[in-house]
Amino acid sequence: MCSMIPHPYKIDRVIKETHDTFTLELKSCNGNGNFEFKAGQFNMLYVFGVGEVPISISGDPNEIDTLVHTTRAVGTVTKEIAKLKKGNIIGVRGPFGTSWPVVEAKGNDVIIIAGGIGLAPLRPAIRQIISQRKSYGKVVLLYGTRTPEDILLRRELERLRSRLDIDIDVTVDRATREWTGNVGVVTSLLSSTPFDPINTTVMICGPEIMMRYTISELEKRGLNHDNIFVSMERNMKCGVGFCGHCQYGTEFICKDGPVFSFTRIKDLFGKREL
Amino acid sequence: MDSLERILKDHPFVKNLSPDHIQLIVGCAKNIVFEPGRFLFKEDEDASEFYIIRTGKVALEIYTPEYGPITIQTLGNGEVLGWSWLVPPYEWRFDCRAVELTRAIALDGKCLRGKCEQEPKLGYELMKRLSSVFEGRLYAMRLQLLDIYSSQEPKQSK
Repeated sequence: MCSMIPHPYKIDRVIKETHDTFTLELKSCNGNGNFEFKAGQFNMLYVFGVGEVPISISGDPNEIDTLVHTTRAVGTVTKEIAKLKKGNIIGVRGPFGTSWPVVEAKGNDVIIIAGGIGLAPLRPAIRQIISQRKSYGKVVLLYGTRTPEDILLRRELERLRSRLDIDIDVTVDRATREWTGNVGVVTSLLSSTPFDPINTTVMICGPEIMMRYTISELEKRGLNHDNIFVSMERNMKCGVGFCGHCQYGTEFICKDGPVFSFTRIKDLFGKREL
Repeated sequence: MDSLERILKDHPFVKNLSPDHIQLIVGCAKNIVFEPGRFLFKEDEDASEFYIIRTGKVALEIYTPEYGPITIQTLGNGEVLGWSWLVPPYEWRFDCRAVELTRAIALDGKCLRGKCEQEPKLGYELMKRLSSVFEGRLYAMRLQLLDIYSSQEPKQSK
């Protein structure tokens, strides 16, 4: 598939997740419907006549006949995507970028930390880990979001929790009394999560300030930077490192990222000039 | 060893405090259990106790006339609750309700203040530990104020 030409995909299903987030299930309009990708990669989705936007793939890497994207209606293009219905056509370029270290983490404990819509890019990694559950030690998912109503993929989280072989903890920034779960920042969940700092791989996706605070807590717990992976977000345009829109110091988020080992970007992380 | 002393010395807040200081604290301590739904305290009541949570979960709430009670934070295993016992006028600023069955050690605030006055080394050690808790909670609260998961992008200053 040429990386610069959008390929037509038909919307097979639209799932409303929360008041401002939704999932699209897409099928290729061409003969070969399979779309292979790695957990953590993204596609450029093109709404004809409106524009293109980078969206992480949120489907299962083992289910390649359907392409799944979960996003929030927040900008010009994503607001137009939110208006599309079953049967509409959308352009797809990709997959682009690096992936979560799902294979490299085998044998380790895995802690997945997501904030807000950041759960969507981690979903393929969660699915892949679950499909080979015995290859990993303890698996923990910590998720923070705004309110109980903003919990993304809620039914899936409930299903996962019922498996009993993955620890899931959710916290929200504020809630009414109906919510009996945790209220507080996502790092507050880390304090009650025991882990071995030598043999643990951590994957983090969320707002950059949340990732910064989370990494600082992980450092306090003795986790090595080599074992921390983050997904960065910038203004990706071409997807192949030509245009320079997503340049991040010496890196291009679209080509060298979006998933980085923290060791690789720690000198850039949090820099105001960037 | 007294069972309260044994429980206290293993709690993260008290851990590695000298045996003498733990003995002093035990003199102000009692075991306490809150059923789910029971209030530990309410806004404007006398802040007479400091809670060392052993197990369970409690919710700090602010009552708003428009929306009713809003939970601003939950606290659980291994955490501590309340510092209004430390600063005049010794009144609670929020409501606190047990969300789950909660077991805690309640330390009498007046008694603890007295011990800290008598034994400044204990006072300083407790202040250092409480300051670390304050710092963490203040940082977390500032992050919550940022509303980082909101779909509304903050206006950028020029």
